[in-house]
Amino acid sequence: MLKYESQLREPLIDGNKTYHDVTEDICKPIEVKPGKLWYVGFFISVAFLLFGIYSVYREVVYGIGQWNVNHTVGWGWDITNFVWWVGIGHAGTLISAILLLFRQTFRNGVNRAAEAMTIFAVMCAGQFPIWHMGRVWLAFFTLPYPNTRGPVWPNFASPLMWDVFAISTYFTVSLLFWYTGLLPDFATVRDRARTKLRKLLYGIAAFGWSGSTKHWQRHESLSLVLAGLATPLVLSVHTIVSFDFATSVIPGWHTTIFPPYFVAGAIFSGFAMVQTLLLITRKVLGLESYITIGHIEAMNKVIVLTGSIVGCAYLTELFMAFYSQNQYENYAFFYSRANFFSPYGWAYYSMMFCNVVSPQIFWFRKMRRNLWVTMFISIVVNVGMWFERFVIIVTSLFRDYLPSSWPVYYSPTIWEVGFYLGTFGLFFTCYFLFSKYFPVIATAEIKSILKISGESYKNNMNSLEAEPVEEFALETVH
Amino acid sequence: MAKKKFVVGCFDDENVLFPAIKRVRLAGYKIHDVYTPFPVHGLDHAIGLRETSLHTAGFIYGITGTSIALGGMGWIFTSDWPLNIGGKPHFPLPAFIPITFETTVLLSAVGMVLTFCYLCQLAPFIKKHHFHLRATDDLFVMVIEATSKTNINDLQDFLKNAGAIEISVQDVEAGWWIGRYDRDQKLIKEEDIQVVI
Repeated sequence: MLKYESQLREPLIDGNKTYHDVTEDICKPIEVKPGKLWYVGFFISVAFLLFGIYSVYREVVYGIGQWNVNHTVGWGWDITNFVWWVGIGHAGTLISAILLLFRQTFRNGVNRAAEAMTIFAVMCAGQFPIWHMGRVWLAFFTLPYPNTRGPVWPNFASPLMWDVFAISTYFTVSLLFWYTGLLPDFATVRDRARTKLRKLLYGIAAFGWSGSTKHWQRHESLSLVLAGLATPLVLSVHTIVSFDFATSVIPGWHTTIFPPYFVAGAIFSGFAMVQTLLLITRKVLGLESYITIGHIEAMNKVIVLTGSIVGCAYLTELFMAFYSQNQYENYAFFYSRANFFSPYGWAYYSMMFCNVVSPQIFWFRKMRRNLWVTMFISIVVNVGMWFERFVIIVTSLFRDYLPSSWPVYYSPTIWEVGFYLGTFGLFFTCYFLFSKYFPVIATAEIKSILKISGESYKNNMNSLEAEPVEEFALETVH
Repeated sequence: MAKKKFVVGCFDDENVLFPAIKRVRLAGYKIHDVYTPFPVHGLDHAIGLRETSLHTAGFIYGITGTSIALGGMGWIFTSDWPLNIGGKPHFPLPAFIPITFETTVLLSAVGMVLTFCYLCQLAPFIKKHHFHLRATDDLFVMVIEATSKTNINDLQDFLKNAGAIEISVQDVEAGWWIGRYDRDQKLIKEEDIQVVI
C-alpha cells in the first residue's frame, strides 16, 4: 500500500483501466491516421499563420505606419496582444508547477497539454514586442554582450529590459520542464513503435530513456526543483509585465495593485484557454476517462476564484482613483473608463461583464460540471481578458496631457488585426501538431496515480476505511 | 565493452515487486537495476540506492547565476560604462532584483537539466539495451547480474517463486553507445507485445 486516498474524493481516472490500457489510450492518437477534422483544423490554422506572416512582412517592409498606432496611442493592439498571450501562458505553469508543490493530483491529467499551451502562447507573445520594435533587424541590441558600439549596454534598470529577461527565461524553463516530462512518454511510444520511422524519430526524441530506478529518482528530484523554480518564476513574469505599466507615470497605469492583479488575471485567462482546448481535445481524442468532469470542475473553481480577485482589483482601482482626489487619475478612471458614453466606455463595460459577472455562474455546481456552459464561459473570459488589456493600454493613452494631440479614435488596420490572427494560426498549428505527434497526457504520471485515484481501484480502499487508525498507521503503511 | 549475463524477471504488480526485491536482496543476489514505467515511490530505497544530490547541483548553478547577474550589472553600471539615468544611483539594487532573479532561475534550471542528462546518459542518438520493451508500458523489470558463482537455474526458480510472470536470461552489453533504435531494436509486429533480446 503506497498511499491512501479518501473515498470522498472523486476518481481521477474513470473506468476499469490497467497500466497497459493507459498506454493504449494515450498512444493511440499518435499511432493512427488523424481524422478529417484534424486536417480541416490544421489547414485553417496554417492559412491564418500565412496571413499573419504576410501582415508582418508588410509591417517590416513598409514600416510601423502599416498599423494605426501613433501618437498618442503608441502601444495599441500590438502590446495588448502581447500581454494577452503571456497571460494565457501562465495557466500551464500554474498547473505543472504550483499544483505539483501543492500535491494536487488532478494536475496529472491536464498538465502536459497545459504546458504545451504555455510554450505556444509564449512563442506567440514574444512576436509582438519583437516586431513592434520597427527596425526588427536591430532586435539583438537588447542582448547584453560586450559589443563594438561603445560598448553600449542595455539599461538594466528598465522594465522593458526586465521583460526581455523574464520572457526568455520563462520560455526556456517551461520548455525544459515540459521536455524532461516528455522523455519517459516518448520512450513508451518508441518501445511500442510499429514502423521504422516512428522507432527512429521517437528513439531520438526519447534520448535513450530506459526507466531505470536511479533515473526516475533523479527525474523526480529534477521535477520538484524545477517546479520550485517555476513557481516564483511564473509570478515574477507577469509581475514584470505589469511593471511595464506600473513603473510609468501615466494615470491609469501608475498603480501599486498591478502585480497581483495582473498575475490573477493571467491565471484566469490561462485557465479559460486550457478549458477551451481540453474540452475539444478530450472529445476528439477520446480521452474522457483521463480528463474527467471532475478535472473540468476543479479548473472552473480556479476560474471563479481568480475572476473574483480580478473583479476586486477593478473596484479597488476605482476606489483608489476616487480616494486620491488626483484629477488626472479621476479623469482616467471616471471619464475614460467607467463612463459608458466615453469613446472606449463600451470596452470597459464589456470587460466588466465578461471578467467579473459571467464567471459568477460557476458558483453553481451544476454549471461547473456542464461542458457547454464551461466552453461558452471560457471563450467569454478570454474575450474579456483581451478587453482588459485593451482598456488598460488604450484608455490610458488616447488622451494625454496635451489636448491638441488627442486622436479622434484609435482602431486597428487590417495588418494589425492580421498579425493577431497570425499568432492564432501559429498557436493552433503548433497545438494541432502537438495533439497528433505527442502524448497529450503525461502517461507515466497517470500510471503513478492509477492505483490510488483510478475508479476501479478506489474500492480497495474500503477495507482500509474500516481499519482503526492505529492499525492502519502501524500495519498497513510501510 | 564486455557483455555480461543477466537474469531478467518481470513483475506486473508493484505490490508483488516490493516483497520480491526484499527476498532477492536477502538471498544475496546483486540487483543490477529495476526498470519501471513510472516512478514507484520507495523503490530507490528498497534496492538500496542513496539519495540523489541533483538539487545541490541546482543550488550551486543558481548561486552562480545570482553572482553573474549582480556582479555583471554592477560592473557595467559603475565601472565599464557608467550612465546617468535621471540622476539615479549607479548601483540601483532594487532595480537589479528582477534580472538577478531571472538569471538565477535560468542558470539553475538549465544547469540542472544538463546535469540530469549527463548523469543519466540521456541525449539524442544514445542507444541502450532495453531488457524488456514493456518496461515503459506496464511491467516492472528486475534485472539481476549473474556472476560466475550464480546458479542461473536456481535464480530463475527463485524469481518464479517471488512472483515474476516472465523470466529470461540475456547476454548483453549494459552500457550505452551511439546508435539508432530503428536499426538495433526489432519492431512489434503482433498485437501482443513481445520481448526483444
